[in-house]
Amino acid sequence: MPAIKAEGIYKVFGRNAERGVARLHNGDSRETLRADGLTAAVIDASFQVDDGEIFVVMGLSGSGKSTLIRTVNGLLEPTAGSMQVHGQDITTLSPKALRAVRRDRISMVFQHFALFPHRTVGENAAYGLKVRGLNRSDRMAKADEALRMVGLDKWAGSLPGELSGGMRQRVGLARALAAGTDILLMDEAFSALDPLIRREMRDQLIDLQQQLGKTILFITHDLNEAMQLGDRIAMMRDGRIVQIGTAEEILNDPANDYVASFVQDVDRARVLTAESVMEPPAVLLGADQGPRMAHKLMRENQVSQLFVVSRDRVLRGVVTEDDVAAAVQHGQSDLAGLIRTDIPTVTEGTALADLFGESAESRGALPVLGERDRLVGVIPRVTLLNALSTKGSEQEVTQ
Amino acid sequence: MSLWNSDFLPTLNVGQWFNNVVSWMNDNLGPLLNVIDDALTTLNDGLTDFLNWVPPLIMVLLLAGLGTWVRGWLFGLFAVIGLLLIQAMPTADLWPEAMESFALVLVAAVIAMILAIPIGILAASNGIASRIIRPVMDLMQTMPAYVYLVPALFFWSVGPTTGLVATIVFAMPPGVRLTELGIRQVDPEMVEAGHAFGAPRRQILRGIQFPLAMPTVMAGINQVIMLSLSMVVIAGLVGSGGLGEPVYQGISNLDLVTASEAGLAVVVLAIYLDRLTSAFGDKSAVARASRPRKKAAATA
Ligand SMILES: Nc1ncnc2c1ncn2[C@@H]1O[C@H](COP(=O)(O)OP(=O)(O)OP(=O)(O)O)[C@@H](O)[C@H]1O
Ligand SMILES: [Mg+2]
Repeated sequence: MPAIKAEGIYKVFGRNAERGVARLHNGDSRETLRADGLTAAVIDASFQVDDGEIFVVMGLSGSGKSTLIRTVNGLLEPTAGSMQVHGQDITTLSPKALRAVRRDRISMVFQHFALFPHRTVGENAAYGLKVRGLNRSDRMAKADEALRMVGLDKWAGSLPGELSGGMRQRVGLARALAAGTDILLMDEAFSALDPLIRREMRDQLIDLQQQLGKTILFITHDLNEAMQLGDRIAMMRDGRIVQIGTAEEILNDPANDYVASFVQDVDRARVLTAESVMEPPAVLLGADQGPRMAHKLMRENQVSQLFVVSRDRVLRGVVTEDDVAAAVQHGQSDLAGLIRTDIPTVTEGTALADLFGESAESRGALPVLGERDRLVGVIPRVTLLNALSTKGSEQEVTQ
Repeated sequence: MSLWNSDFLPTLNVGQWFNNVVSWMNDNLGPLLNVIDDALTTLNDGLTDFLNWVPPLIMVLLLAGLGTWVRGWLFGLFAVIGLLLIQAMPTADLWPEAMESFALVLVAAVIAMILAIPIGILAASNGIASRIIRPVMDLMQTMPAYVYLVPALFFWSVGPTTGLVATIVFAMPPGVRLTELGIRQVDPEMVEAGHAFGAPRRQILRGIQFPLAMPTVMAGINQVIMLSLSMVVIAGLVGSGGLGEPVYQGISNLDLVTASEAGLAVVVLAIYLDRLTSAFGDKSAVARASRPRKKAAATA
């Protein structure tokens, strides 16, 4: 069951909003509705967010992102459509039941932090638990734990006014984490922060998400942010979702010109991962094979080094031409002492931009590791340079 | 029909209707009016007796101490000088009258705020209520203060109750208005945060909106107290006691000595209460929180 499932969500502001929906159904445009004083903020939005996924909604100002996210926890009631949270349609709930959903299942992080200035950082972080009726010592203990996760446990006794913007938003995040809900809604949570701090917060959010497995619905108007954070991204325009896909799908196969013009100036090196450029290894050496075999494979394939893998494809290391030639001369029959293990490796998820450091150190191809250190592919240096140059990245390529 | 006279208009006996309403209330709401009378008299007499039971010099020290704690020693010093001045002036009973005015102001202001805060909250949370309450408050505040004394005199004749009720009605509007304003001014994202974590309305009001509105509400309390004081003096006309009495003696006897000394005592009380209550606003949690303190670490 998906964590969140939105089906045909409409939100029209103004008198007779339902009639607005009917008119949109009949093909009236957003503009004709606006002439009659109706604002169609969200039009026929359907998407689903799986458990443990970071789902990003991306769009320009006024495209309806905030309106959409507020229908997920019922802060706004959709004019039409259904919104299911863990299979429960929240549009049909009583106010009391809706409050229970917000208390127990969904918490929210705000663009301008929305911390309570008259309460300490600790009390702010404990707010969700206070609403739940936990006693003070229990909730402060849990709040401390959440503050520790965001690195602010030393500040529990301070007032929010004493903290910098980045720290305040960590308190906002801690407040949402302390509530212990499995869904987090984040409406432009990092947009009010400096670029460097934003980057830091994004990395921290990804770390936390991996530790805690939260389901996150994240809103942004920054495509780079969307691509870096999102397992999947929904592109919104004028109230409609125009494309949903992974960062790569949107980059490589934009649904329309609008999306295409958007992704034009994305920093591809940050978005594309090792997985998207790696190649299957042409030839591998088994760990139980000998130097003679290695020598033969190198000659046949015109390579100067070979990756050595075990039977289940776990990478053991690499053997080089010189070492193998010497071993053959000495009549050595196994690979003992020949396998070099101090080689750079990357994982499938490593961003292209981060491959450069690794690639500079390795003379041959870069091995890409998947689960349990299994070798899933290699990236020849030529491939890496190509991947970037053809896309016109600004990334500086040395050597 | 001529434009030069208004004979064509029917006669509207507004004052007569008002009179009828008051008479009807007087005839039919007797028990209620008595309860109000008893309650207000008890409160006012009790407080007046207490304030006059404390020896005057001790009272000066207590009030100056409070002033020093709230605002600092300079204000404390002013309080000592001003309050001793009241005691030093020769007009008879000036200090006991000042204490009685003090009691009247406190009772009236507290009751006015007890009524004003819920009305202000209602107006802030409901657009229709707001549209009804606002003109009523305008009317209450702009009606000449003396007019309130007339129906109150019908109900309770001369005495402190008449003065207190007229004072409460006259002083309440800024309490309502600033409570509404304070709550409406609270950052909507803050209220939304309360809703987003599933807090019920009451809890949002108590824990978020009201504390954040507190500095504005305190400004309302300050205004209510100042209006109360001015009305309490007027209420001296109807025998409610306090500094209004010597003021009116002075007027009716053309006795400049008494009138000016009593007037000066009112000024001292007014300055003291104004500065004291405006400083209370700065002491609220929100005001403290928004004042810059030690700088946070620059790195987040
Ligand atoms: N309460 C409301 N009443 C009327 N119109 C509204 C309301 N809230 C939002 N709108 C309108 O709905 C449209 C979408 O607004 P929304 O705030 O969802 O956009 P957004 O994508 O979050 O933009 P931003 O990046 O500026 O936050 C806008 O045209 C806005 O004016
Ligand atoms: Mg928005």
